[in-house]
Amino acid sequence: MEQAIVLAGCAIGAGLALIAGIGPGIGEGYAVGKACEAIGRQPECRKDVTRTMLLGCAIAETTGIYGFVTGLLLIFVGPIYLLGFLG
Amino acid sequence: MDVSINGSPIYFTIPVLGGIKITASLVNTWLVMAVLIALAWWLGRGLTVRNVSRKQVVAEYIVTTVQGFVDGNMGPKFSHFAPFIAGLFSLSALSSLISMVDLFSPTADLSTEVAWALLVFGMITFTKIRTSGVFGYLKGFTQPVPVLTPFNIISELATPVSMAFRHFGNIISGSVINTLVYAALALASHGLLSLLFGWLPGAVGEVVRAIPFLQVGIPAVLSVYFDLFSSFMQAFIFCMLTMLYIASAAEED
Repeated sequence: MEQAIVLAGCAIGAGLALIAGIGPGIGEGYAVGKACEAIGRQPECRKDVTRTMLLGCAIAETTGIYGFVTGLLLIFVGPIYLLGFLG
Repeated sequence: MDVSINGSPIYFTIPVLGGIKITASLVNTWLVMAVLIALAWWLGRGLTVRNVSRKQVVAEYIVTTVQGFVDGNMGPKFSHFAPFIAGLFSLSALSSLISMVDLFSPTADLSTEVAWALLVFGMITFTKIRTSGVFGYLKGFTQPVPVLTPFNIISELATPVSMAFRHFGNIISGSVINTLVYAALALASHGLLSLLFGWLPGAVGEVVRAIPFLQVGIPAVLSVYFDLFSSFMQAFIFCMLTMLYIASAAEED
């Protein structure tokens, strides 16, 4: 019974951790949209805008990656570690 | 149907200092390093001023591109960083690309990225201390008001953590999704073949129904993004962040 609760908790936690993907999705979409606007206005600085946008996207992605790593830990490491406490 | 997603397999353990584990990521890093060293040696051999060979044009193009890139992002004061950045980029890119020939990619192991990120963190701290002295470096944590000191320390420590996790997360997410897609395609092709060739009896039917024909070609589309694009992208971002952090660490405030 306790084992089932631990496994269910890990699975639910992993699902909840991946909600973190919403933020970067919206943020990156907004950034790319703005970059498109900038390129449309000044096509000659397309290279710089694209480079800056990709870098900004990578940094905005960090929180999503944290959520993803947390989810991975909960799925692959959490059950082994937590079930060790139950014996 | 079993889907297995494992970390780096351990080949053998050297029984000193409590056991040094030789993992696949370690061996593959050596492989990548050997390939890069051989490539660098081959490209840098027999350079001439006149009658430039095609190989030398490629080598010169790489060197001038990296030099221009580093000078453009860090300023001419840091142009001696170009070999380091080029080395970091090629090591990172090739380590990720190695998964395309079905070897365990060293960048899918968090230890690799943590090592790189700690190296970069050491360089950032060194540059900061060299710019403003030990006292100035420590004083920088109490800016703008001393109440913010804990937060400044956390944000300082978050730099290597986020660099390592960003690279690791992007590569491992690609490999996890690829594994799931392969498993799903095997299942789908089994179901489809059972529908078509369910009438084939005995061992012949078993063999025919077990052919995972959907796995041919379809994962390659995903691989273009997750292996090819993501590898270069993450290597580029890692080098870009390294350059930006080091260059901003050298700014006097």
